[in-house]
Amino acid sequence: MGFLEELRALFPPGRLLSKGAELAPYESDALTAYRKRPLAVVLPERKEEVVEAVRLCYRHGVPFVARGSGTSLSGGSLPVEGGLVIALNRMNRILRLDPKAKIAVVEPGVVNLEVSRQAAPFGLYYAPDPSSQPISTIGGNVAFNSGGAHCLKYGMTAGHVLALEVVTPTGEVVRLGGESLEGVGPDLHGFFVGTEGLLGVTLEITLRLLPRPEAYHTLLAAYGSLEAAGNAVSQVIRSGLLPGAMEIMDRLAIEAAEAAVKAGYPPAEALLIVELEGPKEEVEEEAKLLAQVIEESGALEVRIAQSEAERQAIWKGRKAAFSAVGRLSPDYIVQDGVVPRSRLGEALKEIGRLSQEYGLRVANVFHAGDGNLHPLVLYDGKKPRELERAEELAGEILRLCVRLGGSLTGEHGIGVEKKAYMPEMFAPEDLLAMERVKEALDPKGLANRGKVLPEGVVDPCLEGAHG
Amino acid sequence: MAEVRPTSLLEVQEAVRLHPRLRPKGAGTKPALSAPREGEVVLDLSGLRGLLQYEPEEFVFTAYAGTPVKEVEEVLRAHGQYLPFHPPLAGRGATLGGTVAAGLSGPMRERFGGLRDFLLGVRFVDGEGRVVRGGGQVVKNAAGFPFHRLMVGSLGAFGVMVELSFKVFPSPRATQTLRLTYGNLAEALAAMERLRVLPLDLLALDLIPPATLEIRLGGFPESLGKRLKRLQEILQKEGEVLAEDEAHWEGVRNLRFLEEAPIWVKVPSTPAWVPKLEDLPLGPRRYLAGGELLYAGMEAKGLASLRQAGIPHLVLKGAGDALFPHPPEAFFRQLKLALDPRSRFPLG
Ligand SMILES: Cc1cc2nc3c(=O)[nH]c(=O)nc-3n(C[C@H](O)[C@H](O)[C@H](O)COP(=O)(O)OP(=O)(O)OC[C@H]3O[C@@H](n4cnc5c(N)ncnc54)[C@H](O)[C@@H]3O)c2cc1C
Ligand SMILES: Cc1cc2nc3c(=O)[nH]c(=O)nc-3n(C[C@H](O)[C@H](O)[C@H](O)COP(=O)(O)OP(=O)(O)OC[C@H]3O[C@@H](n4cnc5c(N)ncnc54)[C@H](O)[C@@H]3O)c2cc1C
Repeated sequence: MGFLEELRALFPPGRLLSKGAELAPYESDALTAYRKRPLAVVLPERKEEVVEAVRLCYRHGVPFVARGSGTSLSGGSLPVEGGLVIALNRMNRILRLDPKAKIAVVEPGVVNLEVSRQAAPFGLYYAPDPSSQPISTIGGNVAFNSGGAHCLKYGMTAGHVLALEVVTPTGEVVRLGGESLEGVGPDLHGFFVGTEGLLGVTLEITLRLLPRPEAYHTLLAAYGSLEAAGNAVSQVIRSGLLPGAMEIMDRLAIEAAEAAVKAGYPPAEALLIVELEGPKEEVEEEAKLLAQVIEESGALEVRIAQSEAERQAIWKGRKAAFSAVGRLSPDYIVQDGVVPRSRLGEALKEIGRLSQEYGLRVANVFHAGDGNLHPLVLYDGKKPRELERAEELAGEILRLCVRLGGSLTGEHGIGVEKKAYMPEMFAPEDLLAMERVKEALDPKGLANRGKVLPEGVVDPCLEGAHG
Repeated sequence: MAEVRPTSLLEVQEAVRLHPRLRPKGAGTKPALSAPREGEVVLDLSGLRGLLQYEPEEFVFTAYAGTPVKEVEEVLRAHGQYLPFHPPLAGRGATLGGTVAAGLSGPMRERFGGLRDFLLGVRFVDGEGRVVRGGGQVVKNAAGFPFHRLMVGSLGAFGVMVELSFKVFPSPRATQTLRLTYGNLAEALAAMERLRVLPLDLLALDLIPPATLEIRLGGFPESLGKRLKRLQEILQKEGEVLAEDEAHWEGVRNLRFLEEAPIWVKVPSTPAWVPKLEDLPLGPRRYLAGGELLYAGMEAKGLASLRQAGIPHLVLKGAGDALFPHPPEAFFRQLKLALDPRSRFPLG
């Protein structure tokens, strides 16, 4: 039997898509500039079906891509031409929520926000909160080690995953990790998180839950320059405070957010949001110190949320910023680099210069607390060469981040979008180690082929031999 | 006993290429993990020490793997910062590399998480003598395969760590400890389980069998008193307050309570497993981090009972076979093959 026939025996009609029109929605992810036509899409409802599909792929040598909600901004869930897409949205059950143990065991297609929603009656929540949390899946979050606004204090997805059940590219099923916060032996589940689907498909995930903070103190400060807002972040850190989140938006992003959701932001060159969270007595003391620091930082206007509604209003504009930028420009690229916090000012200045040089507007929204920049490069795809120029500019920004000692990605992953830049951040030996790991676990190179690892890495041991 | 003591990255590479079987060692303190087996050469990393980079404002430092934890903590303290996972045995000379390889966290892991949450990057020498870097030196990073997380608890299986980068946090300005003794284990356990799910931001929450809880609070001196009072109200119990608690917790993290025991074991736990663990013939012990982590001292029969019950554990001192169970073959074996194909390192 051929591959498709065997798939047909496994999946009933309606859960195996192979016709043109059915495939179209799966041809790209949120990075729509890239498109590939898969051979077929399967929609498993049980983990056994995923395992069987992977084993079939292995037997027939067909490449496959696991897919959650397809919100990847780096082309991570882009299909391989002629390969299989394993779409996991229907595996969306929370299998167990144990408030006493503070864990949730979930299928990979569970939507991030749903975990917190189900945990809320017990006073618990799931901390990692990518802006895409109303739609992105835990499986996708695990593959990308997703982040959000709270990473400085709470870390990324990796810290919140206690165990994984995974099917390796050769079709073996393994359980990594356990139910305790602690483990013994190599942290294999920790290693799996962030490998972007290159080492297998996640079948089940055990997450840790945290008690919801008791009190929040949310402050919005307006500044006359982006630099002043950046300096304020440094001053907050130097004071010894550890806010749950610190976010900055520049004038372009503020205007976009205002136009979209009317958050009621004051007009300014830059806005800083600082949120403290913790036990109420502690937050009260921290708020006094924060007030003093912000006053000394030269803020033009300061607002403090007096109610949950006011807090939500402050966050609403920030959370809408990405999509709101769509109002300013027909197209844009969301970039995702990281710089050491103390070099934010330098990075922003250089981004401003590059924006001038390329003649393209760049809106800046970023997680200032952890140096994670999200420059939005605005362009018009209908104008000749503008996409190319935008991509070049975005690439320059990435190089800048690496040069300043940061990273190519804070949370969106490498995918196809950034793999060409991997050699800027990693030495050939680092990349070779990744390749050797990939090869050992996936000898036929089937799992998410063509992502993360750049083509043509030269083995430094052989380099001399080539003369 | 053959022993090599490299003082540079190049010398580590050389040693790895030269010797077919190696056992890395940090402070050289610990028989169970760092004592060489038949045919192994000891790779003593104490010559690779020192801070390479530390910018307090970034909450990040990078140091050689052979650096004693204590040395790093002194520098951090001068800037009002600390390693929140509270690495154990710092007072006894534990190094950063040994702490990562053994995968050890201490009592204050309760507040912000364990070792795995604070390791940001690594530079290591793999089994072929190649230098590999994983992770980075910024608090947020998702680029490439996270080799640094693979090192946590690895017992040196994939390579010799040379440099490590960690995230740090501002230290609490003041601390206080509340000690409460209950009538029996069930009562103490019930109180602990209750505290675990409340948003109280406890620095440490330990259960000391048979029925004592120790709770550490940290924060602004102005708020600590109020928080302590609220805690007593929640528990409806006064308890004993230790205001000067630093020395006490240093003793705990240095596992002083295990001193008399011949065998030291780390056991991942959960509150639900505590009654089962309490049925075993274990010696002195303490459950850290709300019951998630047990350090226990014991004699041979205690260890045998853990094995018989199939409970995962790591022996830190006193027995030959350190790790139970062996990591899952289907994933571990391939990683080992990729990074240490000649099986030079432990867990071969
Ligand atoms: C508006 C918007 C805002 C965003 N904000 C953030 C943010 O704040 N922080 C952030 O980190 N990201 C953000 N993202 C990016 C994206 O939402 C995240 O990366 C998310 O984790 C992707 O989840 P998904 O379910 O859509 O995965 P997909 O896009 O479907 O897949 C992502 C990757 O995961 C792999 N994958 C999916 N499921 C599995 C599985 N079960 N096993 C193995 N591999 C699997 C895929 O192959 C692919 O490589 C944003 C995206 C958008 C569109
Ligand atoms: C006086 C004293 C008494 C102590 N008593 C004991 C005792 O009797 N028994 C005991 O078990 N512990 C004891 N300790 C505890 C020990 O110090 C801690 O367990 C500590 O965490 C281990 O750190 P280390 O640097 O000493 O590592 P080591 O004990 O040297 O090594 C621990 C593990 O890490 C690996 N490793 C170390 N460095 C690297 C590296 N750079 N790269 C890769 N792998 C590495 C080793 O191979 C080993 O698997 C004691 C310490 C002292 C000083």
